[in-house]
Amino acid sequence: MLSMSTNNLSYSDQGGTDSAVEVGQETTPTSSNAGAGFGLFSVDFKKNEDLKEMLESNKESLKLEAMKRVVGLIAKGKNASELFPAVVKNVASKNIELKKLVYVYLVRYAEEQQDLALLSISTFQRALKDPNQLIRASALRVLSSIRVPIIVPIMMLAIKEAASDMSPYVRKTSAHAIQKLYSLDQDQKELLIEVIEKLLKDKSTLVAGSVVMAFEEVCPDRIDLIHKNYRKLCNLLVDVEEWGQVVIISMLTRYARTQFTSPWKEDGVFDEHNERAFYESDEEKTRDETEAKPYMMDPDHRLLLRNTKPLLQSRNTAVVMSVAQLYWHLAPKNEVSIVTKSLVRLLRSHREVQYIVLQNIATMSIQRKGMFEPYMKSFYVRSTDATHIKSLKLEILTSLANEANISTILREFQTYVKSQDKQFAAGTIQAIGRCATNISEVTDTCLNGLVLLLSNRDETVVAESVVVIRKLLQIQPTQHSDIIKHMAKLFDNITVPMARASILWLMGEYCERVPKIAPDVLRKMAKSFTSEEDIVKLQTVNLAAKLYLTNSKQTKLLTQYILNLGKYDQNYDIRDRTRFIRQLIVPNDKNGALSKYAHRILLAPKPAPVLESAYKDRDRYQLGTLSHTINTKASGYLELSDWPAVAPDQSVRNVEVIEPVKEWAPSLGKTVKSKPAKSSDDKFYSDSGEEEEKGSGSSSSEDGSSSSSSEESGSDAESHVQKNSSQTSEESDKSSSQSEKSSSESDSEKKERKTKTPLQKKTVKPTAKDCDSDENGNVAKEANSSSAEESSSDSESDSDTHTDSDSGTEHKKKTKSKAKPKVEVKSTKDVSLLDLGDFTPAPVTQHKSSVLSPSLLGDLEGLSLSNVSSTIQLSGPAFVPEKSHDLLHRMTGKGLSAQYQFPRQPCLYQPTMVSVQISLTNTTDHPLEQIHIGDRSPTGLNIHCFNTIECLEPEASVTVFMGIDFNDSTQAANFQLCTKEDHFSVSIQPAIGELLLPITMTELDFRKEQGKLLGMNESSATITMAAENMTSQPISRPVATVANLGMVPSSQDNVHRFAGKTANSGAVVLVTVELRGESTALITINTEKSVMGSMLLRDLKLALAQA
Amino acid sequence: MIHSLFLVNSSGDIFLEKHWKSVVSRSVCDYFFEAQERASEPENVPPVIPTPHHYLISVLRHRIYFVAVIQSEVPPLFVIEFLHRVVDTFQDYFGVCTEAAIKDNVVVVYELLEEMLDNGFPLATESNILKELIKPPTILRTVVNTITGSTNVGEQLPTGQLSVVPWRRTGVKYTNNEAYFDVVEEIDAIIDKSGSTITAEIQGVIDACVKLTGMPDLTLSFMNPRLLDDVSFHPCVRFKRWEAERILSFIPPDGNFRLLSYHVSCQNLVAIPVYVKHNITFREGSSQGRFELTLGPKQTMGKGLEAVLISSQLPRGVLNTNLNPSQGTYNFDPVTKLLSWDVGKINPQKLPSLKGSMSLQAGASKPDENPTINIQFKIQQSALSGLKVNRLDMYGEKYKPFKGIKYMTKAGKFQTKGLLRGRAWDLKN
Repeated sequence: MLSMSTNNLSYSDQGGTDSAVEVGQETTPTSSNAGAGFGLFSVDFKKNEDLKEMLESNKESLKLEAMKRVVGLIAKGKNASELFPAVVKNVASKNIELKKLVYVYLVRYAEEQQDLALLSISTFQRALKDPNQLIRASALRVLSSIRVPIIVPIMMLAIKEAASDMSPYVRKTSAHAIQKLYSLDQDQKELLIEVIEKLLKDKSTLVAGSVVMAFEEVCPDRIDLIHKNYRKLCNLLVDVEEWGQVVIISMLTRYARTQFTSPWKEDGVFDEHNERAFYESDEEKTRDETEAKPYMMDPDHRLLLRNTKPLLQSRNTAVVMSVAQLYWHLAPKNEVSIVTKSLVRLLRSHREVQYIVLQNIATMSIQRKGMFEPYMKSFYVRSTDATHIKSLKLEILTSLANEANISTILREFQTYVKSQDKQFAAGTIQAIGRCATNISEVTDTCLNGLVLLLSNRDETVVAESVVVIRKLLQIQPTQHSDIIKHMAKLFDNITVPMARASILWLMGEYCERVPKIAPDVLRKMAKSFTSEEDIVKLQTVNLAAKLYLTNSKQTKLLTQYILNLGKYDQNYDIRDRTRFIRQLIVPNDKNGALSKYAHRILLAPKPAPVLESAYKDRDRYQLGTLSHTINTKASGYLELSDWPAVAPDQSVRNVEVIEPVKEWAPSLGKTVKSKPAKSSDDKFYSDSGEEEEKGSGSSSSEDGSSSSSSEESGSDAESHVQKNSSQTSEESDKSSSQSEKSSSESDSEKKERKTKTPLQKKTVKPTAKDCDSDENGNVAKEANSSSAEESSSDSESDSDTHTDSDSGTEHKKKTKSKAKPKVEVKSTKDVSLLDLGDFTPAPVTQHKSSVLSPSLLGDLEGLSLSNVSSTIQLSGPAFVPEKSHDLLHRMTGKGLSAQYQFPRQPCLYQPTMVSVQISLTNTTDHPLEQIHIGDRSPTGLNIHCFNTIECLEPEASVTVFMGIDFNDSTQAANFQLCTKEDHFSVSIQPAIGELLLPITMTELDFRKEQGKLLGMNESSATITMAAENMTSQPISRPVATVANLGMVPSSQDNVHRFAGKTANSGAVVLVTVELRGESTALITINTEKSVMGSMLLRDLKLALAQA
Repeated sequence: MIHSLFLVNSSGDIFLEKHWKSVVSRSVCDYFFEAQERASEPENVPPVIPTPHHYLISVLRHRIYFVAVIQSEVPPLFVIEFLHRVVDTFQDYFGVCTEAAIKDNVVVVYELLEEMLDNGFPLATESNILKELIKPPTILRTVVNTITGSTNVGEQLPTGQLSVVPWRRTGVKYTNNEAYFDVVEEIDAIIDKSGSTITAEIQGVIDACVKLTGMPDLTLSFMNPRLLDDVSFHPCVRFKRWEAERILSFIPPDGNFRLLSYHVSCQNLVAIPVYVKHNITFREGSSQGRFELTLGPKQTMGKGLEAVLISSQLPRGVLNTNLNPSQGTYNFDPVTKLLSWDVGKINPQKLPSLKGSMSLQAGASKPDENPTINIQFKIQQSALSGLKVNRLDMYGEKYKPFKGIKYMTKAGKFQTKGLLRGRAWDLKN
C-alpha cells in the first residue's frame, strides 16, 4: 500500500491508471472477510459473462439481481465498464429500482464510454416531460451527471426548462445541475448566470440553498445578483433546510462585508494584537464612540444578524458554526459573545466536531479572551481526549490565562505535566512558558515550578523544561544565576540533545555570571565532543568561543582542542562553524579587521524570543472554513473583503416590483408551498425580534450615559420617519401582501408591531388563509399562527388553540365581522403586518415618559380594545404622571436599582393588563447579567415579563415594559427580580387610578351609562377646594393625575366629566365633578365596581382638596 | 462539495467507495493511511488531511473511517456533520453500522448515498424522507420482494420533501398511538483527590419515540424550564414559542428522534451522585504498592446507583495487581496497565471496596503518577439536574395517545484526578 504513495501525483487523472491500480488492489487479500453475504463480491472477472447474460435476459428479476451485483462491483471499486452496452439497454426499464441502479452505473461509467452513453439520452429527454416530479428530477440529475461534452446543449436546455418547472424539487435539481454543467463546460457561464438569476428569485425554501450553492460555484463575484434577493434570503433563512443554511450564511457574510460599513469602532478596539484595549473600561469606549461620527447600522445589516441568531439553536453543528462566524465577522463587538454558549455546546459533539470548533475558538480566544473566559472549565483536558484535542485545549487555556485566573490554570497545568501522554506533557510545559511570558506576575512562579520539573523522572519533561527555562531566562536574565548553576549540575543527567544544547547556550550567554562553572562544563564537553549530536556540538563550539573571549586564560587550550575536533567533524555545518569561529577569535595577521569586533559579534545582547500562539495568524482566514483549519489557502477559498469605508447605495436592495398576485393564488397543488409571506408568519424558528431589539437597545443605552446619545437616537428616529413616509406611500400602492421587509426595521416596524393588537392580527389572518391552498399543511399552519398569537397573549389557554385549529372557518367568519369597522387601519398596515414576527416589547430607550409618538396614539385611538359599545372608544391618556416609584433601592438590590412608573398606555401584551415601565440602573462597577423576573406571588398573578436582559453594563440603565394584570384590585403584585446571582423580592402597588384606561364618549352616552349605574353603584362626596381652582383646567389636572381617565365634553361649565374603564373587567368608571358655588364641589363616581369606586373617591377627594 | 467517499476499516482496507463527481482514484487514501500509521491511537488521526490536490475529511465511527474527498473550500464541519448523518442513517437502516452490515446491504447503501447527495451537495438527509424513497431492508420485505418482484424503491416524491414539515410523512397510521420521551442526562465531572469538584456539567437530551397517527401537534412543558441553560432543537420545535413561553411545541417526526439537547452549566450547582476514596501508595525501594479504593453514593435522591464501572490507567511501573473486590469482578491487563472493576449495583449499607497490593517492576523507581479514575454509572428514574416534564398535550388529532416519560442519569466523562497538593506551586513566591 505504501508503495503506491509514489504515484500519488497521478491519482487525479482518471481512466488509464485506474484499472492498473485496481488490479494491484485486488491482490491485497480481503477474502478472509468476504463472508456469506458478501459472496457476490468475490466473483472474479470471468463471472461477468454471466452478468451479461442476466442483463440481456427477459426476466426483470434476473436483471435486477445482475444490476445489484454490478453495483456491488462498483462499490468495491472494481471495473465493470465492459458491461456498459448490456446495462445501458435497461435504462428505460419500468422497474424503478432497476432503473435507479442503471442510473448509478451510467453516472459512474458514462464518461469513459461516451458514445454508448448517448444511447440513453433520449430516454432521459422523455423522462424530463414525465408527470411525476420525482422522475423528472431524477432524469435531470442523471442527465446532468453524465459528463459527456457532446450533450452540453441538451443539458443547457433541460436546465433552463427545469428552472421554470412547477415543482420546487425539480427546480432544486436544476440548481444542482447548473454546477455540474459549469464544471463540464465553463463557456456556458453567461447562460448559466441567467438561470441562476432566475432561480435566485425563487421563493421556495427548497431551492434557496441549492441556487446559492450554484451561485458560489459559478459566479461568486456577481454580488449584484444578490441585492434584490438579500432581504428575501434573510427572511427565508430559518426555513431553508440546514445544509442550505450553511451555504447561504457564508455567502451573506461575504455580501455583508462588501455592502455595509464596519460596526466596529474606527480605531478598531480589537484590531490585531492591541491587547490593552481589552482592559479599557467600557466608559472610555462609549465616550470615544460618541465623540466619533455616530455609527448607524444599516437596517439590512441588522436584519441579517437578527434572522441568523435563532439558528444558533440548530442541531446541525455546521449551521451553528456558520452563524458563529457570521457574528464574528459582522456583528458589533459587544454582540459577538452571544455565540459563545452555542460554540461551547458543540464541544459535546463528536470528536471531529470538537476538533474544528476548538480550532476556531483558539483563533477567537486570542483576540477576545473575554468571550470564553467564563467557560474556561469546558476546556479542561480529559485523559480520554485525543491528542490533537488536548493540544488545542491547551492552546485555548493558555490564551485565556490572565492575572485573575492564572493560578487556577497553572494548577490544572500541573496535573497535565504528569500525564502519561508525554507529547502532551511537553506541550503543557511550553504552555506554562507562554503564560509566564504573557503574565509578568507569575513569571517567577513558573520559573520556579519549571525548575522543580527539572528533577522529574521523565526525560522529555525535563528536556522541555530546560528549553522553556532557557527562553524565560533570556527574557529576564538578571537575577537567575542560581538556576543556571542548577542546570549546569543537571547537565550530566540530561541526554536529550535539544536540552543539552540549550544549557550550553545558556552557559555561554551568561558565562560572566557563572565564571567558575562554565569552563568546567566546557571541559566535560571537550571530553565527550565526538559522541554528541550535531546541535550539541554547535553549541559547544559557541560556548568555547564565548569563553575564549571572556576567560581566555582558563579556556584557551580547551577551545583550541574543541576547534580542532570540529575541524574534522563529519558534518559540514560544524566544520564551517569551526572555521568561522577560529578566524574570528584567534588573532592572526590576516583578519584583524573582524576579530576586533569578535566580542561584539558573539556576545551581542540578543532579543528575547517571543512565545506566541500558533493560532495568531489564523484570523486572516474566515472562521469555519477549510482554509482556516489547514492554515493555508484552500483552492476556491473566497477572500473576505474589508469593510468598505463608505457604504454602497443601500437602495439597491429595495424591491420595487412586487410579484403579480397570481403567484399567490392557489394553483394546482404543485406550486411553491412555503410562500415567504406565510413562512415568516409560520416560522418554526421565528425571528426573535424581541430579543434582538433588546440587544440593540441595550447597546444604545450603553451610550446613554452621555447626553449626546439621546440626540443621536433622536435624529435617528427622525431620519427613519422620513424614510418611512416615503416607504409607506410606496407600500400602500401594493395591495398584495409581500414579505420584503421595509428597508427600515426600526421605528416604522416597532410602531406597527405595537399597533398589531390581537384583534388586528386576526383581521390579517383570513388573507393569509385565502392564499393557502394546501390541504395537509393547513392544520399545521393554523396551529402555528395561533401559536404566534398565543405567544403574545399569555392567558389564551391551550384549549383555545385547540378550537382555533379545529374550527378554522367559523373563527374566520367571526374575525372578519369584527374586523370590518376597522378597514381603513388595516389596509395600510397589512402589507408589513403579515411579515412581522412577533410583538416587540416597547423598545429600551432613554427615560422619556411618553414613548408613543403622536401618530401612534392616533392609531391606538382608532382601535377598540373593549367590547363595551361602539360609541365608547379608548382614548390616549390625558396626562401621564412623571412620578416614578422605587421598586428596588440600589442598597437592597446590591447595586441594581429599579424604579417603576405607569406610562398609562394600553398594554400591548394583553388588554387586561396594566403596562408598567421599569427602569433598571446598574450602579455597580461590574456588569449585571441576566436580569429577569422570577417567582411571583400570588401565584395566579398574570405578568407579562420583559425579556431577560442579558447584560447591563455599569452605569447603564435600561427601560423595559411589562404588563401586569392586577385583576382590578390594588393588591400589590409581588415578584422576584433576579439577576444571575441574586433574587430580590419586589412589589408593585398600583394606585387605584392606574387600573383604569381612559375612554371617550359623548355626553349623551355618559348620561346613559350613568343612568345604568345608580344606587349601590354610585358613591359621592362633597369637598371644599380653593376658589382659584374652580375652572376646568385645574380640575382636570388633579383628576388626571390621580386616575387615568378621559375627559368627556360637557355642556355645563361647572360640571366636569371623566370616563374610564377598568383594565381587567372593562367596567365603566364615570367621574363627575360638579362645582357648587363658593368653594365646594360634589364628586360623584358611578361604577359597578363599588369598592374601586369608593377607593377612587378617597383619592380624588384628597387630590382636589389639596389643589 | 463532497467529491467521493471511501469507507476504510480498522485494518486499513477500503471496502466501499462512492463518487458523486468524476472518479477520484483510491490512491488518494494513501495520505490517509500515512496519517493513520503515524497516529498512536485510531482516534488520533487528524480529521482534516491536506493532500496536493484534494483534502481528506474523515470521521471515525464504529471502528470505520468515513473518508470524504474534497476538492475545494468547504466548511469542514459541513462535511463532518454530513458524514455523521450518513452513519446515523446506516444505523437507522441496518440497526448496526458495521463493515459486515454495510457489505451485506451494499445496494441499499449505494441507493442511500445516491439520494443523500447530489453532485456533492446534500439532497435528502431527513430519515423520514429517505425511508419513503428507499425502504429499510427487513427479512419479510426481502421475501415478499423476491416473490412479487416489487422493489424497495419508492416511486413518488416523498411528501415531506416539499412540505413545510419535511421531517414528517403524511398518512401515518398506528393502531396503538403512543409517545415516549426519554430524558437522559449525562454528567461530566472532574473531581480532585480531596473530593471537591473541579468542573461538573450536565448534558441532557430528550429522545423521543413517537408513533402517532395523522398530524399531531404536541406541546411539552416543563416544571422548571429555567434550568435549561443552552438548548438545541430538532428542526420541528417552534423556536418562537420556546422563546416566549418556554414550551416545546412541535409536530413530531414519525418514529425515533432527538427532540432536544440541553446543557445545564456548572454555574448551577451540580450534585455529584457518587464519591470515590482511593489511596494508592508505593514505598520507595520496595517492589510492593498498596491499593485501596472505596466508593459510595452521595446525593442520589434516594435512587440507586447501577451499572457502576471503575476503570483506571495504572502507572507503567506496575507489573501486576492482587486485589480483592468486596463485590463484582475486577480485571487488570498487564500490557495496557488498565484496571477495570465492574461493581454493578451499589448497596448503601455495604459500600463496595477494592483493596490489595500491586507488584512493581523490579528496580524501577517509585511511580509518581496518581492515576486518573474513570467512573461510569447509571441512575434510573431520575434526572440529576432535577428537570421535570410537566405535561404533554396533543392537538390536531382526536384520539387519546398513550404517553410515557422516563428519566435516566448516566455518567459521561466522569473522572477523579490525583492532584498532589503538596507539590502545588506556591503562587505568592
